Amino acid sequence: MFTGRLCRAAALSRARISSRPVALPSVRSAYRSIVTTRYTTDHESVVFDTETGVGTISITDYAQSSLGDVVFVELPNVGTTVNQGDQIGAIESVKAASDIYAPVSGIVEEINKELDDKPGLLNKVDDEKGWLCKVKLSNPSEVEGLLTADAYKAHCESEGSS
Amino acid sequence: MIQTKLSTTVASSRVALNVASRRNCLRFMSGGGSSELRKTGLYDFHVARGAKMVPFAGYSMPLSYGDIGQVASHNNVRNNVGLFDVGHMVQHIIRGGSSLKFLEWLTPSSLGSLSAYQSTLSVLLNEQGGIIDDTVICRHPEATWYVVTNAGRRDEDLVWLQARLKEWNESERSMDGKVEHEVLNDWGLIALQGPKAAAHLQRFTDFDLSTITFGKAAYLSIQGVRVHVARGGYTGEDGFEISIPPADTVEITSLIVGTDGAVQLAGLGARDSLRLEAGMCLYGHDLDERTSPVEAGLSWLIGKDRRASADFIGAQTVLKHLQKGACPRKRIGLIVSGAPAREGAKIIHPDFEEELGTVTSGIPSPTLGKNIAMGYVKNGDWTKSGSKLLVEVRKKVREAVVTKMPFVPTNYFRG
Repeated sequence: MFTGRLCRAAALSRARISSRPVALPSVRSAYRSIVTTRYTTDHESVVFDTETGVGTISITDYAQSSLGDVVFVELPNVGTTVNQGDQIGAIESVKAASDIYAPVSGIVEEINKELDDKPGLLNKVDDEKGWLCKVKLSNPSEVEGLLTADAYKAHCESEGSS
Repeated sequence: MIQTKLSTTVASSRVALNVASRRNCLRFMSGGGSSELRKTGLYDFHVARGAKMVPFAGYSMPLSYGDIGQVASHNNVRNNVGLFDVGHMVQHIIRGGSSLKFLEWLTPSSLGSLSAYQSTLSVLLNEQGGIIDDTVICRHPEATWYVVTNAGRRDEDLVWLQARLKEWNESERSMDGKVEHEVLNDWGLIALQGPKAAAHLQRFTDFDLSTITFGKAAYLSIQGVRVHVARGGYTGEDGFEISIPPADTVEITSLIVGTDGAVQLAGLGARDSLRLEAGMCLYGHDLDERTSPVEAGLSWLIGKDRRASADFIGAQTVLKHLQKGACPRKRIGLIVSGAPAREGAKIIHPDFEEELGTVTSGIPSPTLGKNIAMGYVKNGDWTKSGSKLLVEVRKKVREAVVTKMPFVPTNYFRG
């Protein structure tokens, strides 16, 4: 609720702005599927595979480095129907609790159970184990409305410098 | 609630709200940003060392330094030595023939039983027995007192002190000598904290620091500068709070920090997790004007003689709360399973599903690897350590066990 104001007042040091593995859009010839990575201003990412129709949701590297050591992750139940923008869970670090919002609409197909015991996986940059959940998209066109890697990077830079 | 969107946390270094008074933070942020914030004498020192500065209690203060995370900084203070700038806190000198009686009117502590250069935690109370501020009072010779109060309560404290001082000096109670009050504006105050603090500080002074035990203080010389050194702090570790004249603050701090990396600078983030593990209250969160020292679990600082004489402001309520079963609420410590319970989380009784109170501070403890919290509940059997309660986090109840504080044993030097 105070987001805008806090964003403007923030003087966040320029944390690493590189993102998680980016495949923009790349073609996997074996499956002829297109995998697209998109971002939200809430610092979540979706890796969407057109072949399966499933999006894998993570937090960005910028987010994990700002949060610091993640100690607890709360995720939705498998089978939950989520709408874009719904709160679907939370990430707790020593610093603070942060809500996770669904970047896309769909049904939760899988959650990363490993985070129960190893929430710190979210802090491991470029570790493929650090995802949150997989959602079968009900409206794949939502992906196109999210930020590209460049747009997200610009968003981070504007937040960092404002 | 401390819960926020990820974007808010990321964008705002939102931990500031965790450690700062939320009210203050929002006020300063909405009031035009950092231009209105005060700076301690060490502001440039912090910025030059990569500090992330955030608004806290009206000051721009370091939250953390460079890439050092809160957990690493916290652990460094538990295991080695860290240095905090606490120059935002308000340092006072109170002196005069009737100053003991004056301070014993404002607080419930047995200040008369302190020896020279001995300190105690105390509270300033209002007429209703509520805590205006918590404070450390150090007795000096010749009817002089060195008092430290919270930055976030600066305005309220000064108004209160000046009004009571005027009332006192105009009354017959000051016949042993009028009371004077001086604020040590712009004086430096740094806290060197951790098990290696004493060995480190000893390098810079001939004064034998082993003669100052926990709660004691001394004036000593560091590089020819006379500083006030009080053994104690806000972390539960051994350490010192060093008060330095304005002109020498940067030089003395730089000397103590050195360049060999032996002392790591620490910010508000680590300060909050350290004090919470030590079971210490943060004013504006765990203490406020509607809370009596008995409710706050601070009955130990109400002197026996003061209970008998009942001549301090707020005595009526405080003495009532001291009677068996008469205290309406109690501050308790909790260890919470699963999600950390933070400020604002409801505390519920498992059998009656009755809301007993709320959490006032909570974090995942870096030292214990468990979620610790403190909060207030309605008085009852369930305040006993080991009682099983529930807390509500994100609309789900989580198990919580009432736990004695400090959560992490203190490590003070008692000689």
